[in-house]
Amino acid sequence: MAAPARASSSPLRAAAPRRVLEGFGRALRSASVYAAPRDAEELALLLRRAAEERLPVAFRGSGRSYGDPALSSGGLVIDLTGMARMLSWDPVNGILEAEPGLTIEGVWRRTIEDGYWPAVVPGTMFPTLGGCLGMNIHGKNNFRAGTFGEHVLDFDLLTVGGQLLRCSRDEHRELFHAAIGGAGLLGAISRVRLKLKRVESGRVRVEPLAARSLGEMFDRFEERLPVADYLVGWLDCWGGGRGQIHQANYLHDGEDPEGRASLHVERQGLPPRILGFPRSLIWRFMGPMLSQPGTRAVNFAKYTLASWEKPGKTFLQSLVAFSFLLDYVPNWQLAYGERGFIQVQLFVPDEAVRLVLPEVLRRCRERGLVSSLGVLKRHRPDPFLLTHGLDGWSLALDFQVPKNRERLWDLGREISARVIDAGGRFYLAKDAILRPEDFQAAYDPRLAAFLTLKRRLDPQGLLMSDQARRLLGASD
Amino acid sequence: MSLSFKKALVIGASSGIGEATAVALARSGAAVAVVARRAEHLAAVEAALRQAGGPAAFSYAHDVTAYAEVPELFEQVVRDLGGLDLVVYAAGVMPEVEVNEYSFEKDRAMVEVNLLGAMAWLNLAAPYFAAQRGGTILGVSSIAGERGRRGNPAYCTSKAAFTTYLESLRNRLAVQGVNVVTAKPGFVDTAMTRGKPGLFWLVSPAQAAERMLSLARRGSSATGFVPWRWSLVALIVRNLPSFVFRRLSL
Repeated sequence: MAAPARASSSPLRAAAPRRVLEGFGRALRSASVYAAPRDAEELALLLRRAAEERLPVAFRGSGRSYGDPALSSGGLVIDLTGMARMLSWDPVNGILEAEPGLTIEGVWRRTIEDGYWPAVVPGTMFPTLGGCLGMNIHGKNNFRAGTFGEHVLDFDLLTVGGQLLRCSRDEHRELFHAAIGGAGLLGAISRVRLKLKRVESGRVRVEPLAARSLGEMFDRFEERLPVADYLVGWLDCWGGGRGQIHQANYLHDGEDPEGRASLHVERQGLPPRILGFPRSLIWRFMGPMLSQPGTRAVNFAKYTLASWEKPGKTFLQSLVAFSFLLDYVPNWQLAYGERGFIQVQLFVPDEAVRLVLPEVLRRCRERGLVSSLGVLKRHRPDPFLLTHGLDGWSLALDFQVPKNRERLWDLGREISARVIDAGGRFYLAKDAILRPEDFQAAYDPRLAAFLTLKRRLDPQGLLMSDQARRLLGASD
Repeated sequence: MSLSFKKALVIGASSGIGEATAVALARSGAAVAVVARRAEHLAAVEAALRQAGGPAAFSYAHDVTAYAEVPELFEQVVRDLGGLDLVVYAAGVMPEVEVNEYSFEKDRAMVEVNLLGAMAWLNLAAPYFAAQRGGTILGVSSIAGERGRRGNPAYCTSKAAFTTYLESLRNRLAVQGVNVVTAKPGFVDTAMTRGKPGLFWLVSPAQAAERMLSLARRGSSATGFVPWRWSLVALIVRNLPSFVFRRLSL
């Protein structure tokens, strides 16, 4: 029998544009209704309408999460990049207040000449403050400075019910610790206040350190942890984990020959050309380097060059050039081709890391799927509910998605299972593959507390990204 | 490459080319959802789909000019079929227009059904297929869109615009693995053409449907005339100088 179509009671569904949106890795995508509010009032109206239409909502900033937390298949994606005003800046105390769409780039460009730098930045300057807060991002200084959330003073959370809650360590304390790292599942961030770090130079002193094995890399990290401000390790995943560490330290008064002139914005640019080629064109030639033989050759060459460097040699590098390595080659993610790539970032407790990570690298080689890039970092615990932070280490592995994607997903889940066994965690900004049972195993009982809070603030489960649907499917 | 369609939606399926296409799809083993304005015809079409052996058949009464209904209805179709790999837009109207008649009401109806209705539906199908990196859109345009004939300006306009819209979709979606096919039938023996003077090379709706589906199954984002011999006519008509074309009583 023909079902008569009803007149639409869904103005958002009927009138708002559709967009096909992707995660940064381009391996996951979905079609959704799309809206970009310009202020908190429009944002509140959108949430109200979405609730009326029972349209699942995901928030999106710059789209730099690798998997699917900023996607909502068939639902509404609210793009917050239009709410990017800096509301206030206090150059005496280094306190900034802004709307959620302001990017890290927007922050440092305004604050660096006053001698302030964001205390925690990711490997790219393009994420928004709302995204950084929702994902509770970390940087190469996680072991020293903690996660992004540790530098947030307070923020406004707009709930599905229309309440605007000011959250801080004193007000709505529980929510403060749950929404930071809560992947936008408790409400929309409409304002954030942040404490920045005082810097006396716009440069850091960088020291490269070669490591002939993964064991040696752990040793060198541990040796430098007490004295370094930043530490990051690059691993040759074909070579069993040998690689190179970069240690960086802030320069204090008198240590930078350029003095405060190094704080000028013009001194903070990235080079316009790399090896003589315009940066914007480089991704077009990177494809062959990301194939399995290509990554093997590149990793070998990179390690060989690193091992030739004179021990103890240091150099000065601008904060931007050191911090935002991912921005050197614009659109580099496109080099992975139409199938895209995923990143699996494994967080392993300190006591298990020397067993687990070599095993992970071995399993990747055995399955014939070796990461094009391995990045090692040291972490510390933090007070946030769904945090990835722990007293341990993380290894981030980038994989081009093969024709048979299930092979890669199986490997990802296999190595994730090993991490869960060891008491490890994951990072929602990177995740594309975990299943509800993995997530629950890694986050129980914290997940139960988070879901209780979610049911209280969002009883209909309106805030539901593709990632949330994937991870909470069984639990919610 | 020959595509086989498992879950198809046909819009404008209560009679003519749309109905024949839906039945042909059901016969080839696809679950088919049909959408049409005339609810009284839909039950018969649904029965024909079941009789043709399709694994599932769904029908929905809907006027394609009720644009605001489309998003919810599209979601419902996808839910009912459990996915989608083919959308056929076959809705079309061609009211009688005298050569000395200028009727905004009739012209608007043609633009609204033949073009805007297609945009309302295909603007949902396109991102859906782009996100799943696959799927086929089959648009039933017409040879009438090749030139602006004196007989029915708005019909020619609506079909020319639909052809261009489909071409743009094809260029936008090809890189994402979506197959956009433009079918341009000549004269087909349907209620829309019945009784009109000067028809020739008439084919049945079933023959037109088979030819259109074979174009769609190629998976190569084709544009094709239905039947093929109309491409020769189109070639000539397209290349006739204007001063010659306007003297022809087309």
